[in-house]
Amino acid sequence: MNFKFFPHTQEETQEMLNKVGVKNIHDLFAGIPEALRFKGEYDIPEAKSEIEIRNFFNKLANQNKIMTCFAGAGVYDHYAPSAIPQIISRSEFYTSYTPYQAEISQGTLHYIFEFQSMIAELTNMDVANASMYDGSTATAEAMMVAAAQSNKKKTMLYSKTLNPKIVDVLKTYAHFQGINLVGIEEEEGVTSKKDLEAKMAEGGVAGVIVQQPNYYGIAEDFTGFADICHKDKALFVVNSVAADLSLLKTPGEWGADFAVGDVQSLGLPMAFGGPYAGYMSCTQKMMRKMPGRIVGQTKDARGQRVFVLTLQAREQHIRRQKATSNICSNQSLMALYVTIYSSMMGKQGLKEATKLGFDGAHYLCEKMVATGKAKLAYNQPFFNEFLVNIENRDAFYDKAIENGILPGVKVGKDGLLIAVTEKRTKEEMEALVALL
Amino acid sequence: MNNRLYGNLIFELSQPGCKAYSLPKNEFGNYELPSNLKREKDAELPECDELTVVRHYTNHSGNNFGVDNGFYPLGSCTMKYNPTINEEVAALPGFTSVHPMQPINTVQGALAVQYGLAKSLASISGLADFTVNPFAGAQGEFTGLMIIRSYHEKRGDTKRTKIIIPDSAHGTNPASAAVCGLDVVEVKSTADGLVDVEDLKPLLGDDIAGMMMTNPNTLGLFEKNIPEIAKLIHDCGGLMYYDGANLNPMLGVARPGDMGFDVMHINIHKTFSTPHGGGGPGGGPVGVRADLVEFLPKPHVLKTENGYELDAPEATAEYNLNNMHVGQFMGNFLISLRAYAYILTLGKENLKMVGPYATLNANYIKECLKDDYELPIEGICMHEFVFDGLKDKSTGVTTMDVAKRLLDYGYHAPTIYFPLLFHEAMMIEPTENESKRTLDGFIEIMHTIAREARETPQVVLDAPKNTPIGRVDDVLAATKPILNYRQSINQ
Amino acid sequence: MAKVIEGLFYAESHEYVKVEGDVAYIGITDYAQHALGNVVYVDMPEADDEFESEEGFGAVESVKAASDLNSPVSCKVIEVNEELEDQPELINQDPYANWILKVELTNKSELDNLMDAKAYEEFCAK
Repeated sequence: MNFKFFPHTQEETQEMLNKVGVKNIHDLFAGIPEALRFKGEYDIPEAKSEIEIRNFFNKLANQNKIMTCFAGAGVYDHYAPSAIPQIISRSEFYTSYTPYQAEISQGTLHYIFEFQSMIAELTNMDVANASMYDGSTATAEAMMVAAAQSNKKKTMLYSKTLNPKIVDVLKTYAHFQGINLVGIEEEEGVTSKKDLEAKMAEGGVAGVIVQQPNYYGIAEDFTGFADICHKDKALFVVNSVAADLSLLKTPGEWGADFAVGDVQSLGLPMAFGGPYAGYMSCTQKMMRKMPGRIVGQTKDARGQRVFVLTLQAREQHIRRQKATSNICSNQSLMALYVTIYSSMMGKQGLKEATKLGFDGAHYLCEKMVATGKAKLAYNQPFFNEFLVNIENRDAFYDKAIENGILPGVKVGKDGLLIAVTEKRTKEEMEALVALL
Repeated sequence: MNNRLYGNLIFELSQPGCKAYSLPKNEFGNYELPSNLKREKDAELPECDELTVVRHYTNHSGNNFGVDNGFYPLGSCTMKYNPTINEEVAALPGFTSVHPMQPINTVQGALAVQYGLAKSLASISGLADFTVNPFAGAQGEFTGLMIIRSYHEKRGDTKRTKIIIPDSAHGTNPASAAVCGLDVVEVKSTADGLVDVEDLKPLLGDDIAGMMMTNPNTLGLFEKNIPEIAKLIHDCGGLMYYDGANLNPMLGVARPGDMGFDVMHINIHKTFSTPHGGGGPGGGPVGVRADLVEFLPKPHVLKTENGYELDAPEATAEYNLNNMHVGQFMGNFLISLRAYAYILTLGKENLKMVGPYATLNANYIKECLKDDYELPIEGICMHEFVFDGLKDKSTGVTTMDVAKRLLDYGYHAPTIYFPLLFHEAMMIEPTENESKRTLDGFIEIMHTIAREARETPQVVLDAPKNTPIGRVDDVLAATKPILNYRQSINQ
Repeated sequence: MAKVIEGLFYAESHEYVKVEGDVAYIGITDYAQHALGNVVYVDMPEADDEFESEEGFGAVESVKAASDLNSPVSCKVIEVNEELEDQPELINQDPYANWILKVELTNKSELDNLMDAKAYEEFCAK
């Protein structure tokens, strides 16, 4: 038997078996009770050649329809410079493991430090970690920190303007953690400050989670929210779309203790939902409560500035059952992706791209409303995404799909959540409006 | 750093006015965001030209060491080869350019991948079905434990709050249990490194939710009493959880489902060759026996006569045990895709040889090195084994020093100081992809280091010398943390 | 050999209590600081926090370990040692001079449950 990933010649196998002192390779498993030995066949086809693999996956890829994308709801069709996929395809990056051996992992440690710097800048917070699985789990992790650091307070409030897919994850984590998760009512598409105050007054609140822009694309005004939280020692957690923070008022400016969200908006391919990466940043005060990998600057034996995994005493492999998070990895390669993206787009480019989406969304919204067939659901300032109510929404949606356009994400009975990025052109918008 | 020029941070290469992007002109007119919603100061991202950025990151890569660079015997991490064909198919636009909320009839190819991977893993594991949604092994553990709790809760059995975990377990096991709201009860190991069944018996009762085990365990030993252990746990009403961290040697050898496990996760970045990516993204699919399928996270892919569909119930105000969500969508899709490509590339006949070759390689290294390194547990190991440091304890050279010296010789170090059962643990896992020639090279260097430790210990104590940087001061890093560029310049 | 001081009270979790009239000082023993290695961070409560005996009040962290701190006695915090915030290494230099908490004992009789120097020395030797 010979196969391209098995380098052993028959002679070598024999020499190795001799050294180990067994006759046959299967004798290595003589210690496993006979009844447990697998003697059947896996229900998997026989090996495919590389040509067959290519054909197989090409065929599947062709069964997916690539569309002109006006859908958002947390995942946006952004432009990414061509240099990025080239660089992240370098196998020194993607075939390495967690940078435990700092002396031969400075590449990874260096870019994670840059990633942390960029997230701290964008969110306007003191420190960021090396990334988390996605935006929803980063939000759930912030919830767990809030519950763990508060003395026995077990209620977490979340705004009902949060993306429902994030709420689904919060509900799951909260249920098994014994956290009492309570929604703050929305009013005209934004978080009701009155209801927040009322629910805080009931006591026992460990933290409050809001989203910016919210699920409907609305840029909310969180003035006073942080004070309301801090007065009762509750943590204020703001979830934001990372790219939008190049223009939007930041979690730091709103007085957040934790900023969380997804970095997909920083150029990552939509890729049917992943891989993306979550980000998390916090105030200096919360630094040692923050879960996840963190890279820090230090010196080496030769006196050079170098980078290393640090603050590891917070982590699960040391805390074991006393841990408040079990995360022991980051989405490192995706962090590299957005670090290169943020380096290439830079201070000006990210603002410019974001503004294009913002202007495009407002232009498209005007055009749609002008037809008289679509109505803006809420009269609130929105960012690059907006919710309209459309008569015969489903017919419109289906017609758009037939025309190769993904017109948005359905919300409720007649709502459609429409997102615009720098990739969408005037022609594409006209084509969409014409279908109304 | 490989040289002075490229040791900079990207921020230090920034020149105001430089740019590495080009965007279309604005044809939409200018709209204003209300000023109270704008950030006051710009985020200080770098401003560089394209070549500067490309060089900067290309040079970063030169300071890294991956499986493609050399032998990577990192125990418990299964650093196998990451086939390039996986990368190729994962880059197809039909996979990278679809939105996760497209109508399902426009993403049948993507769903076919998710379904195909889940069913393949089920067959390999001897379980009924899998979810591919968990993002990583740790999240897989968490998901599996939530499934166990859901099972008990659905039956109204609320007093099962304890989970039994061997003292040799990965640290993540107790952490996952704690995060899932379970109390950890530790069971001891016997002198020969296996779960002590006699120590287990008194722990059993109607408050036990289940038991988490790795098999082979973290010492690389097969827990041969597993049928008895599984029976004890099942008899007291608990479920058996299999930590798939060490699944690799079981390919072609034994299946967790047949051993009596009810729930498990698989680290596809270990056993199924997806890249470790410098720490992620990975994947932690979770499998269950038939009567637990209802508790798998949603959305879940189903195959019907009309093609692939999603089981995705509407959200309800109260938490619904049959509507668990562990992420916004369905995991790290492009990583699942790579794992599926690997499975189809090997096919059923080659998958069956993965375990045997991985095990042969580990035993070969062990036998060749046990004259110089302390082997605490004799006998045949599975895919990995543990040395307790150098045999000669008089040299002052520790496991840390040996690890650092290996870097000088162009090898990645083994996993060190784990498992905690030994003071100088050095855990070696070669994987099936390494040739005898590669192993012989490593063995020779390990002997050389042992000789250096006896004859010229200072050389080992001062290692590494040939790496881009010297040993790092991790006490300084943790005492006065500098975690980003702004803190670095303000310091 | 780890230093043990006469006249202090010791807990099995390696904290000491040094009583001076109505106030007491709580810290970790020399044995504990040796076991931990370089201390990089001390997680401390705030003044006025109250703890029951054996309740956790914080943690000491080194690069590769974290150890919870348990209060050997019921107490109310008068003051925390703020010097440790910037110089956690003081614990390695002299753990007895560099106490972590200054407290008011709320149940003095609990001191009887702790070890004296000789008993603690024997306990560590085991």
